[in-house]
Amino acid sequence: MGLFDGFLKKFLKNLFKKKGQIKLGIYGPPNGGKTTLANKITMDWLGEEMGSVSPIAHETREIQIKEQITVKSKGKELTFNLVDTPGIATKIDYEEFIKAGLEEKEAKTRAKEATKGVIDSIKWLDDMDAVVVVLDSTKDPYSQVNITIIGNLEARKIPVLIVANKIDLKKSDVKKVQAAFPQYDVIGISAKVGTNIDGFYEALFKLTNR
Amino acid sequence: MLTLQFVPHSEIANLNSEKKVQKLLKIVREEKIILLEGKLYSNEKSDLIRKTMEQIDDKFKGIEIEELDTESKDKAFFNKVRTIFINFILGNRRGLTIIGPATIIKEIKKDPDKIQLFTEEIRKKKKK
Repeated sequence: MGLFDGFLKKFLKNLFKKKGQIKLGIYGPPNGGKTTLANKITMDWLGEEMGSVSPIAHETREIQIKEQITVKSKGKELTFNLVDTPGIATKIDYEEFIKAGLEEKEAKTRAKEATKGVIDSIKWLDDMDAVVVVLDSTKDPYSQVNITIIGNLEARKIPVLIVANKIDLKKSDVKKVQAAFPQYDVIGISAKVGTNIDGFYEALFKLTNR
Repeated sequence: MLTLQFVPHSEIANLNSEKKVQKLLKIVREEKIILLEGKLYSNEKSDLIRKTMEQIDDKFKGIEIEELDTESKDKAFFNKVRTIFINFILGNRRGLTIIGPATIIKEIKKDPDKIQLFTEEIRKKKKK
């Protein structure tokens, strides 16, 4: 890592050191719907999107931050800085991106950036005050990526809310996600369609003890 | 040909996280599948992912990893206490971890008492 990278990271992290600001991280494997959820939150409360989404994995390859988001629900208020993170994976194959329609050069660049994104996501774990783990509820929740993310948060005593996303899809199985992580609050939503978003905001208040 | 390499707990027990990850990745990069006695701690697994990402290039595409528990699912109080005690004594020695190169292992499915490895060759045959 270059000196400038280190300085930039330190600078960005210090931006959040102001007193009383909650850093709410959005974590999870690729293509679970992290940025779709982040966009839903920022559209609802800031009127603007946070990042681009794509059916090709690893669309978010850099940490994205939106500051001072205030969520209001039933007379309560919660202000936080939202940190959308690149998806964490154990493997990245540029050939998968070629199969998805990218040119070889573009696919290789995307793979390189995606590996850096995973490293950054892991590094940023220490900086979070609370984390929403977004899982695709149509997929097997018992993956080692999911277990590793949640295990690391537990070890750091960072409060966790698990979002079982994509409940609008037929294959969605929220109960399977709940069974995989019985010690955590799991909420089923569809970030894309907006199903149960009010329930999600309520769960955020509980997560941050507001 | 698939090569499986058994790594006993004693071989990595005294290594710090960095050395442990280095050792495991070295074996994986030799295109071998590791059968590790016991499990890695969460921080070791995230270190393993981080180091894997640093090494990914055109040839090395990353890893597949899965764990198998050998702990009893018995909810009886004394059995729970016994499990906690054994874990305290043995550390993360219980269970089994499989780690392999993603170019060889395409998918690992846990059932949850058995593990199925889908290799590149098996997947090709399935498609035929």
